[in-house]
Amino acid sequence: MSGPTVLLTDAAPAKAASTRRSALLGGGGRALLGLLLPLLLAGAWEIAVASGFATGRLLPPPSRIGAALWSLAASGELWTHVAATLIRVGLGFAFGAGAGILFGALTATLPPLRWLLDPSLQALRAVPSLAWVPLFILWFGILETPKVALIAVGVFFPVYVGVAGAIASVDRKLVEVGRIFRLSPLALARRILLPAVLPATLTALRTGLGLGFLFVVAAELMGASEGLGYLLVDGQQFSKPDQILAAIISFAVVGKLADTALVTLTSPLVRWQDTARETL
Amino acid sequence: MLSLQSLSKTYADGTRALEAIDLAVPNAEIVALIGGSGCGKTTLLRLVAGLDRPSAGRIALDGEPITGPHPGVGLVFQEPRLLPWLDVAANVGFGVSDLPRRERAERVAHALERVGLAEHAGRWPRELSGGQQQRVSIARAFVANPRVLLLDEPFSALDAFTRKDLHRHLLALWEEVRPTVLIVTHDVSEAVALADRAIVMRPKPGRLDESVALPLRRPRDPAAPASEAATRTILGALDRSLRPRDAARTPELAGGSSF
Repeated sequence: MSGPTVLLTDAAPAKAASTRRSALLGGGGRALLGLLLPLLLAGAWEIAVASGFATGRLLPPPSRIGAALWSLAASGELWTHVAATLIRVGLGFAFGAGAGILFGALTATLPPLRWLLDPSLQALRAVPSLAWVPLFILWFGILETPKVALIAVGVFFPVYVGVAGAIASVDRKLVEVGRIFRLSPLALARRILLPAVLPATLTALRTGLGLGFLFVVAAELMGASEGLGYLLVDGQQFSKPDQILAAIISFAVVGKLADTALVTLTSPLVRWQDTARETL
Repeated sequence: MLSLQSLSKTYADGTRALEAIDLAVPNAEIVALIGGSGCGKTTLLRLVAGLDRPSAGRIALDGEPITGPHPGVGLVFQEPRLLPWLDVAANVGFGVSDLPRRERAERVAHALERVGLAEHAGRWPRELSGGQQQRVSIARAFVANPRVLLLDEPFSALDAFTRKDLHRHLLALWEEVRPTVLIVTHDVSEAVALADRAIVMRPKPGRLDESVALPLRRPRDPAAPASEAATRTILGALDRSLRPRDAARTPELAGGSSF
């Protein structure tokens, strides 16, 4: 009897230690590990500038970037710029994603329309979206319209391709289940096609949103009096690298928050999926 | 009565999947269609289900022609084909969404109980095993109270133990609703376990060959001498079906050979 007992008491602490170690590296521990490198680099740069090894004129230390961010936020200026950028991305995303879903759904379900439209759209897709900038400025001036149009164009194509592809690849076998139960075309669309294309559509929307932020920078670089992109241009013209970096950090935060909001708002719709999505 | 009259199916590429199928199945009979791959078993079921149109011939259920998916005809596919975005109960109730909410819930609960999955009603299909998923798909077909139930090798992907368990569930549901059942299988012991009649099919083009009546009492014991004799008879018929057709011999479909 004593043999197995001894073995058990020997094994127990080892096992506890290994679970403790994996708990440390799991969840919060892993997140901290990811922060280690940027924090180390930032701290090293801060010390280098503070001790006079570097001037920090072109690459300001974290404390000066933080101060720039703080003063922008405290004066309320930052929020004006963030709001301007968000409104542009929001409008452009709404128009681009709406049109992308509409055209994607139409061309995927109606073959004649696909033969008519898809070649032209694919040709337009091959044009780098920034190539439209001069034309849009000629057509729409330099105010909000060309910016929103550029973002909408950037968002449109990934959403269009994603939605059309999702509809085209709906499992024929599931459609047959709908046919066996004699669903009307409308019920088939609502009860089988729509849920089946939802995950791929949401992925396409996420890609579209990411591109929306890409194009809002381009749009604001081409001339704006407010917006995070304007902060970038302003920082370049008046040689304020701390402001440029503050704007870049704001872009990262706002973009990540928008993406997280999109995922959080839509995740109840695809709760049924296998968990791969959670790791994205 | 489910009747098929000189039913043929030639696919667009010229493949003659079925040729001149004549078959009459009285109500509540269980018929097993046996044959190797490529003899048109699945095509035959898809025609009866109304998923495909025959090239020639007609199908009628109690005198009413079948030209498309029919409310009296249910189909259980080879794969469970559950909708991954619906929980188990919603999958079972998928085909009866026009019923009032309460009646639907009652029928779904009853069917789930019948296939032994009552406690899994709220789970996602992906959380179930293959055998459980196929039980859900059988329950989904039964909830609509079909007069004819078609099963397309529904148990072929499952292990022998699970298969036997599902035979039991299938027969329990059948006892209750008593639909006409057409089950396609390539497993002779499955035919002997379930069917009142086994029909052997010949390939290229698909035709019905010999028919073996299985007047055994249920529940059936696969090891009983009667079951073993029936298995041998069907195996013999299968063997003959694979040989080149003897021109003089006519298929004995009307009465069928017994053993």
